[in-house]
Amino acid sequence: MEQKILITLYVDQVAPRFDLATEVSIVSMADDGRPTEKKTVVLPRASAEQLCHLVLLEKIGTVVCGGIEDEYYQYLEWKNVKVLDSVIGSYKDVIKRLESGMLRSGDIIR
Amino acid sequence: MNTLQHTQIKGLFDASIELPSLIDEIPLGIVMLDTQRRIVLINRAFEALSGFSMEEARGIPCFHIMRSKLCIQKCPLKKMDSNSESISIESDMINKERQLIPVLINLSPIRNAEGNLAGFIETVEDLRPFKEVDSKTTHAYTFRHLIGKSPKMTRIFQTLPLLAQSDSAILITGETGTGKDMLAEAIHQASDRAKGPFVKVNCGALPETLLESELFGHRKGAFTGAVENKPGRFRLAHNGSLYLTELGDLPLPLQVKLLTFLDDKVVYPLGSAKGFQADVRIIAATHRNLDLMVKERKFREDLMFRLNVVRLHLPPLRERGDDIRLILDHFINIFAKRFRKDINGLSKKVLKILMDYAFPGNVRELRNIIEYAVNICPGGQIQFTHLPAYLSETKHHYDRPTSEVGETSEWTASFEKSNSEQSGQKTWASFERDMIIEALVKSKGRRNKAADMMGWGRTTLWRKMKQYKIDA
Repeated sequence: MEQKILITLYVDQVAPRFDLATEVSIVSMADDGRPTEKKTVVLPRASAEQLCHLVLLEKIGTVVCGGIEDEYYQYLEWKNVKVLDSVIGSYKDVIKRLESGMLRSGDIIR
Repeated sequence: MNTLQHTQIKGLFDASIELPSLIDEIPLGIVMLDTQRRIVLINRAFEALSGFSMEEARGIPCFHIMRSKLCIQKCPLKKMDSNSESISIESDMINKERQLIPVLINLSPIRNAEGNLAGFIETVEDLRPFKEVDSKTTHAYTFRHLIGKSPKMTRIFQTLPLLAQSDSAILITGETGTGKDMLAEAIHQASDRAKGPFVKVNCGALPETLLESELFGHRKGAFTGAVENKPGRFRLAHNGSLYLTELGDLPLPLQVKLLTFLDDKVVYPLGSAKGFQADVRIIAATHRNLDLMVKERKFREDLMFRLNVVRLHLPPLRERGDDIRLILDHFINIFAKRFRKDINGLSKKVLKILMDYAFPGNVRELRNIIEYAVNICPGGQIQFTHLPAYLSETKHHYDRPTSEVGETSEWTASFEKSNSEQSGQKTWASFERDMIIEALVKSKGRRNKAADMMGWGRTTLWRKMKQYKIDA
């Protein structure tokens, strides 16, 4: 089944803060990890609540971000959204790891 | 992968010294950056604050590790050059434990011998002890704001400053909800260690094997999965206080290790023969009756004697007399402000019910009752109908004792009795659950509206829904 992944962005990197991200990439991935669709969404303002709303609206299965407050982490997990937080690395590297199914929370891709 | 370089300082002392070991001793987060704002070095205090180890942080752009609002919105280092003066800015950061921490960041350029820019140095001070992160987290019974005027509490308040300064191990006992965590933090903040870390470990929250590694740390390769050195909570609390909560749940083998530490103050991480001399003050707390546990051989007597240097017993609310009224008014003010309600006190009937209630959940329960009542009350005086239903049905009412109620040995028994009395009745939790469901039905499932009706924020509503397993 195709899965949608949301990656918070800061320039070409994973955004260090979920609540301060103003740009996100939504990637649809096929069963074999191949990206089938990518789109970038620019948010009118940084807001963790709005971002949570977008995650649910877009039926995202996994969120990739840097730092996230526990309140929002627990909320998303409760909503059955997998949160891979404290991820450090460039967008390109994160996509590569996602394709191979190897991305974990706390991963630092140098 | 980068390997750690040993950076030495020469010419300052007779022999050269290692820079990391020097800055590790400073109880303030220190981050050194190169001109590209990549991390060169962080000290142990910053490791404890951020949750990132030196190995992880090395070579990473600062904003990924610092995770401060400042980094995203307006990084001052972008404009800083060799001629710039140092600047101090209040900001916040999110650590690896997902906590939002208010911090004071001081930024300065590092100049080389020629006066050119060589990098930057940042100091990061944790401001949590000095301010609240968010007004929503303001609680009346909070850090250094323990409230009470009853003789038992007054005695504690009188001894607290002296005990805080003494550096002895402290054992805090008391029923659930009496404020043991608040007291432990208050002791730390009133002590000479206030600037050092206050590290809390829940001894009942982790399995024995994990707890040992969590407390004492481990060396790389000590066991399968130990891919890097872990400092352990004792080491992170160096020059500060280590708060062991739920001490009664500490497994016996770890009780021996804790006893050894209390004797010689040396921590041996798992897999390491080399010990670390940790200057840590131990504050322990439990809701269990340790005297009874010692008799039942579930808790080591020698450890009990070690920790029992200073013992503070927080009395249950029902033994605090007029404090109930004092705390009641305090919480009404807090919640009326938070929910923007014009509440001017309680009706006589409500006051009598609350004054006669036994409060098995102590201050925490009182706080919940007032939070509920202020939510329900549209304004004016809080009436009987605004109280949780279980208060009118409960058998917890009691005749206020005229004499002093027995100390530690009796509190467990009385609490267990209260709990057993409570079973079979409608509890606060079930009532609140019903209230949430009713609000959701009325708002046709719209959570924003339901949250508004309850006077809560959206996140409070979902947290409560999660707590009560309400699936929307």
